[in-house]
Amino acid sequence: MITRFLLSNMDRRGLVFLALIAAIGLLVPLANLLMPAGSPLHVSTATMSLWGKYLCYALLAISLDLVWGYCGILSLGHGAFFALGGYAMGMYLMRQIGSRGVYGNPVLPDFMVFLNWQELPWYWYGFSSFPFAMLMVLLVPGLLAFVFGWFAFRSRVTGVYLSIITQALTYALLLAFFRNDMGFGGNNGLTDFKDLLGFNVQAQGTRAALFAMTCVMLISGFLIARGIVSSKLGKVVIAIRDAESRTRFLGYRVDRFKLFVFTVSACMAGVAGALYVPQVGIINPSEFAPANSIETVIWVAVGGRGSLVGAALGAVVVNWAKTMFTSGFMAPYWLFALGALFVFVTLFMPKGILGTAQGWWESRKRPAPVPAAEPAPAE
Amino acid sequence: MNAPTPGALTSSLLYLDGVSVSFDGFKAIRGLSLTIEPGEMRAIIGPNGAGKTTMMDIITGKTRPDEGTVMFGGSVDLTKLDEAAIANLGIGRKFQKPTVFDFHTIEDNILLALKSKRTVLKTLFWQTEGAQQKRIDEILGIVKLADKRERLAGSLSHGQKQWLEIGMLLAQDPKLLLVDEPAAGMTDGETAQTAVLLKEIAKDHSVIVVEHDMGFIRELGVKVTVLHEGSVLAEGPLDQVSANERVVEVYLGR
Ligand SMILES: Nc1ncnc2c1ncn2[C@@H]1O[C@H](COP(=O)(O)OP(=O)(O)O)[C@@H](O)[C@H]1O
Ligand SMILES: [Mg+2]
Repeated sequence: MITRFLLSNMDRRGLVFLALIAAIGLLVPLANLLMPAGSPLHVSTATMSLWGKYLCYALLAISLDLVWGYCGILSLGHGAFFALGGYAMGMYLMRQIGSRGVYGNPVLPDFMVFLNWQELPWYWYGFSSFPFAMLMVLLVPGLLAFVFGWFAFRSRVTGVYLSIITQALTYALLLAFFRNDMGFGGNNGLTDFKDLLGFNVQAQGTRAALFAMTCVMLISGFLIARGIVSSKLGKVVIAIRDAESRTRFLGYRVDRFKLFVFTVSACMAGVAGALYVPQVGIINPSEFAPANSIETVIWVAVGGRGSLVGAALGAVVVNWAKTMFTSGFMAPYWLFALGALFVFVTLFMPKGILGTAQGWWESRKRPAPVPAAEPAPAE
Repeated sequence: MNAPTPGALTSSLLYLDGVSVSFDGFKAIRGLSLTIEPGEMRAIIGPNGAGKTTMMDIITGKTRPDEGTVMFGGSVDLTKLDEAAIANLGIGRKFQKPTVFDFHTIEDNILLALKSKRTVLKTLFWQTEGAQQKRIDEILGIVKLADKRERLAGSLSHGQKQWLEIGMLLAQDPKLLLVDEPAAGMTDGETAQTAVLLKEIAKDHSVIVVEHDMGFIRELGVKVTVLHEGSVLAEGPLDQVSANERVVEVYLGR
């Protein structure tokens, strides 16, 4: 049942995407580990981790597309779920430092010692265990999304109002995580990680494994999201996006369907955040910044809202452009460029890069356009 | 779901009594009473703004009445339930403005309406069974859209959307169908076909049809209720109702 759920109706675009990510996940780590540094086929560890970061963003974009592109819920707070997953991973990594911190405290992370704390807060318990931490990566964002969605969707908050409260949610978390007494390292966040499952997080091999793992998770996330959107539930969700009240009159409990996709999506964003943290080496409250969530929306719009492959593509393309831009003399103008890109895409490519390319391709293959509507049958 | 209990308050399928609702002080429905018997087809007419659509909103849970009784199947109080619960109870609705899912194929529109468990898990792991596919094909045939099944519903003409919505109603297999202005925007030929279709449906369903088109109502040949300013002005066979002075005045006065 599960394989059928994941693989039924797989289209060509989906297969190409899966093959591509699988190939990257295999070849990039090999090129990094096996090719000598001078070889043209060598991929440096820094480049690999940079692309690993892009792929984490791609998973985040897929999770956002699931709720926005398919269910019409414009979440402007998805960065919060990403950051919470990242913090859960960061807490595990902090506990792995053990007595190797600056203060040498075997239990307390450095920032707690610095604050003169005597014991570990209860919510840090268990994070020294990897399975527990991974469970929290899913559970914390999932639970927050569930509780938030429960109230929001049941009281039928939709549209702009919903977007605003998702934005408020991530902003509230930003402020909370900035506080030192919250116990998450304040504005410095969590960093100086040492080991992951006993392997040095800085080591080339660990980086390569993390990159491969990111590809595995991107593939899994894609398959789950695809399974959902091509099931009958996916059709219900699209129906909700296009005519919410009509769907209700067919007997579907709209709030429950929204709650389901919103929660699944938040868990997926959490996984993306968890993979991101060891590859960039730090998690701090700025990940909760409202601007981050808005940028994610732009990636999805640029790639093609309502297409999972498009969302992933948008995340990679925009972030690659960002790296190019911000590492040169154009750096101060990145936000203007991003804004301009968003306006351009909204005005001229409403289906995003992928939708526009596909439309162009199809119109070349089939010159005669299909008529939009048939005239009513003559009597 | 509550089944009609023995010794229910009424043997009627639908029972409205003394129902009133106002919007910002404007009384759209005032003291409306109406009963529909099981298996009955009823036509509702009335000038624009008489409250016909609002009445359907009240029955389907979209609008809560300020006062009055709305009972279904003798014992279920509809004013306590939400839209989804009422739909699952067996009340289906076709909207005045045809509302189909534009970005789904015609077949998927019917599939979404098809009677089934509406839970999240059931829909997530849904597999259309042979009998269900047969029923979908049957309905596509009835509403004459079988050859267009793969097309997006958004590409249909107005009249075809009306028919698709009637097909969706059939797929829901409700006990009571509320059909709001099914012939609006249709050609005469389509209107006549729609009347035939509705009469066919009425053979094994209870139906309430709201319509302006007198020719259409005559075609149906059923008991008529005239609504005016939110309450019942007259009730009876069409000939009797259209001879009623007040009715003539209301219609011609506009
Ligand atoms: N949600 C609403 N808010 C305010 N006024 C409404 C609302 N719904 C209906 N009305 C008013 O109630 C009256 C009855 O409307 P309606 O039921 O649509 O009439 P009909 O379907 O018979 O043409 C109209 O005057 C309309 O403007
Ligand atoms: Mg009306």
